[in-house]
Order: sequence, then C-alpha cells, then structure tokens
Amino acid sequence: MFFTNIKRVIKAGFISFWRNGFVSLSSILIMTVTLSVIGSVLFLLATLDASLRDLKSKVDVNVYLSTSALEADILALQKSLKIMPEVKSVEYVTREQALVNFKKRHENDAPTLDALAELSENPLSAVLNIVAKEPGQYETVANFLRSDNALSADKQAIISKINYDDNKTAITVLSKIINSAKKFGLAATVALIIISIIITFNTIRLVIYTSRDEISVMKLVGASNKYIRGPFVISGILYGLVASALTLGTFYPLTYYLGTSTANFFNGINVFHYYVVNFAQIFVIIIGCGIVLGSVSSYLAVRRYLRM
Amino acid sequence: MIFFDNVSKIYSDDFVALSDVTFTVKPKEFVSIVGHSGAGKTTLLKMILAEEKPTSGKIFFEAFDIHSLKKRQMNQLRRRIGTIFQDFRLLPNKTSYENIAFAMEAAGRTDEEIESDVPHVLDLVGLGKKIWSFPHELSGGEKQRVAIARAIVNQPDIIIADEPTGNLDPVNTYDVIQILKKINDLGTTIVLTTHNKGVIDSLGKRVVTMENGKIVRDDKSGKYSL
Repeated sequence: MFFTNIKRVIKAGFISFWRNGFVSLSSILIMTVTLSVIGSVLFLLATLDASLRDLKSKVDVNVYLSTSALEADILALQKSLKIMPEVKSVEYVTREQALVNFKKRHENDAPTLDALAELSENPLSAVLNIVAKEPGQYETVANFLRSDNALSADKQAIISKINYDDNKTAITVLSKIINSAKKFGLAATVALIIISIIITFNTIRLVIYTSRDEISVMKLVGASNKYIRGPFVISGILYGLVASALTLGTFYPLTYYLGTSTANFFNGINVFHYYVVNFAQIFVIIIGCGIVLGSVSSYLAVRRYLRM
Repeated sequence: MIFFDNVSKIYSDDFVALSDVTFTVKPKEFVSIVGHSGAGKTTLLKMILAEEKPTSGKIFFEAFDIHSLKKRQMNQLRRRIGTIFQDFRLLPNKTSYENIAFAMEAAGRTDEEIESDVPHVLDLVGLGKKIWSFPHELSGGEKQRVAIARAIVNQPDIIIADEPTGNLDPVNTYDVIQILKKINDLGTTIVLTTHNKGVIDSLGKRVVTMENGKIVRDDKSGKYSL
C-alpha cells in the first residue's frame, strides 16, 4: 500500500501541475525570478572575488636596497621574508635586471637613455617586491623591514628605501574598501535571497489558498494529511524543476552577451566562461534551491488548511 | 448509532447555535432534520463530521466520542461516513471518475477495486456516460449524483446529506431523494437536512424539527410542519 500511495501521490502531483496550467505558470515565473537572483548572486560573488583578488595582487611593497648591499645579504633577507606567514611572495630584481627594465621602459625616451649612458656605473639599486597575503598585513612586513632583522650579516643597513610609507594611505584605504565590499556583498546577498524566498513562498501560499476548499473536501472523505499534502509538494517540486531549467537556460545567452564586457570591466573574469566551467556546480545549486523552495513552501502552505 | 448528549454550541459573540440537544439516530434509520435557516441543522451535521467542536456535551459515533478521537482515528471514522452537500463539494480539477477514485484511494482501496467499483457506482446513479467529465461540464443534478456516488462508494455506515436538493430542480430533487431512499433500503443510515416540504411529506420517515438551536419536535413518521 505504501508504494501504491507514493505512486498515486506522484501521479496526482503531475496531474494537478498540468491541469492548473495558468497557476503553475505564475508560480514558475516567480520562482524563476527568485532563482535568477540567487544565480546572479553567484556570478556577482565570483566577479567580486576575482576583482578583489586582482586588486590585492596589484598591491605590493618595494624594498630598494642600497647599491652597496651584497647579493648574499639580499638573498638572506629574501629568504627570511619568505618564511614570514604574512608574505605571499618575494620577487628579487637584481641591479642588472632593474637596469634592463628601466631601459625597456624608457626605450622611446632618448635624453634619459643618453643621461644613463653618461654614468660610469649602474645607478639603480636592486629591489625586493613583496606581496602580502592580505592588504592589512603590509604594516607587519614594513615593521619587520625596519627592525634589526633586516640588517646585513655584519649589522650594516642594506635597505635604502621602503615605499610602504608612500603607499600606506592607499593600502589602508584599499583594505578598507575590500573589507566593506565583502561585507556589503554578503549583506546584499542575504537580503536579496530572503526577499525572493518570501515572495516565492507567498505566491505558492496564494496558489494553495485557492485550493483550500478542495483540501477540506479531501479531509471530509477521510484522506490522511500526508495523502492530501503529497500532491501539493510534488507540484511544488515540479515548479522548482521547471523554474531552474528556465533560469539555467536564460543564463546561457545572458552570460554570453555579458561575457566580454564583464571581462573588460572586472579584469579578466568572463562570466560566460565562469558559467561554462562551473556549470555542474551552478546546476546543482540552482536545481537544489528550486526543489527545496518549491517543496518547503508547498508543505508549509498546505499545513495551514489541514488544521481541521 | 449516533448519540447527541446534551450538546450546546455557543459562538464567541454569544450566538447560540445549539442548546442542550439530545437525540439518537438508530442504525438503518432515515432521519430528516428540518428547520428555518439558522435553526442549527448544519451545525448539528458539522459536529458529526468533527468540523465543529461542541461548547459542551458529547457526540458519540457507536462507542467513540467523536471529539476525543486522534487524527488517525478521525480519518478512519470519516471513511465510514458518506457526505453530500448542497454545493456538491466536488474536486474541481478532477473528473467524475477521479473524484470518486479519490475517496477510495483515501480509504486505502486497491487499484483493481477502484477500476471495477467506480464505473459501477456511476452507473448506479445514472452517470455512466459522464465518467470522464469535469465538474464544470456537468449540470447541478449530475454534480449531485457524482457527489452521491462518491459518498456511497466506500459503503459507509451512514450518509450525511446537508440540503442535497437545495440547488436542484424538482425532477432532479425527486431523483436524488429516490437514490437516497434506495441506499437506505439497502441498509445505510441516512441523516438528511432539507427545506423542501415535498421531499419530507413524500418520504414518510422520521422528522426532527429544530428551532433556534433546539429540537422542538421529533415525529416517527412526520410531515413538514413549520
């Protein structure tokens, strides 16, 4: 009997989904909007994440070493920086490399190159480019560099200049922006998702409100609560499935259209590319949300009319 | 079979729907309850179905106190009661067949039983040809016959009919009452409420007359007298 009942409930759910075509359609449309919001939030988070990562990677601290500094001391400093937990990477640009870079940068600037040629010695100092894991950690790195740890083996200062102080304001502002962008993103996401879930829930409640007489008749002929509720939950799941299919379907051309412009705007992340690569994940999230939203809303909405 | 023990129903605004009603329905009886609108007929029936709770007093279905039953027992009890209403109360998105099948499914009958019983019971009420019609495709009389078919398909012990002829023309009224009589002759208890004098007078069965929530007359083979 158990399986017969399951079969009957599923069948009744499909039939009522099909026969209440207009009502089903309106629920599906509202749910599609909700799922699109959830989907868009996924893309927004991805692009925000990518652009924050990009911004962060652009922040670094450059340590200019005195021209007299010995290679061994510089390498030792690089090594001790590398083992700091805050440091992500340390790039060592030798004096020769710095010269090559300088020349390349000024290849169309004849007077500068001429002036450089006048000098008997390479005037450029070696540089250590330090990237920290978080923008807020540059302070620690800068403090480390100012301390005695950054001296050469025979306790001579080998650092001529750290540009952290010049960058300090920019770095502080940037880390604040990044933090608040994250917080705002999270708050906006939660708010949007809650609002759309409430709207969906109310739509489904309205749909089931129209069936309240039907529910009372079912009760009068002695149907159990589970047996009455089952088909509504199945219809809810179907709304969710169709709405997720619609949502996933519309995202394809939409992200394709927006792909290049987001790639330009957000430095590198192409939403279309992201969609295609992470399709399995997005598919599971959207379908999962659709099913949960549809079934839970129906379940709760019917519950009201079962109290008799 | 059904016993009302000093039942009163008072709504929140001091409106007394029933006051100290005591009466018994015996097995296989055909009881008509008559009275003006607002006399308490429908409230009485709703209490048998546990749609309303009495303010005081108890209602027994055989040995069970209806209002102390658990949900599960309540569902089982409702499967032993067939109901027919003035407004038919069919499931609008189901065909005649499905409306009747639903009541059988709710009672846990098998697919084979449903497939053989539904056409049979629709034939019985003369609707064999409308088996796949939706309620909106049926006339009032036809809808009421589907409702009757639904009420009798589980072979209930009792049928509660709340003004079943209220929305029907005289011909359909006659047919519906004849069907109810036939069901009663086969051994099913029937409790009927009605306004229709002709119906009561032609039945010649027990008549309970209500006024302002009280039973004022109870005649063994009564006539309509209000």
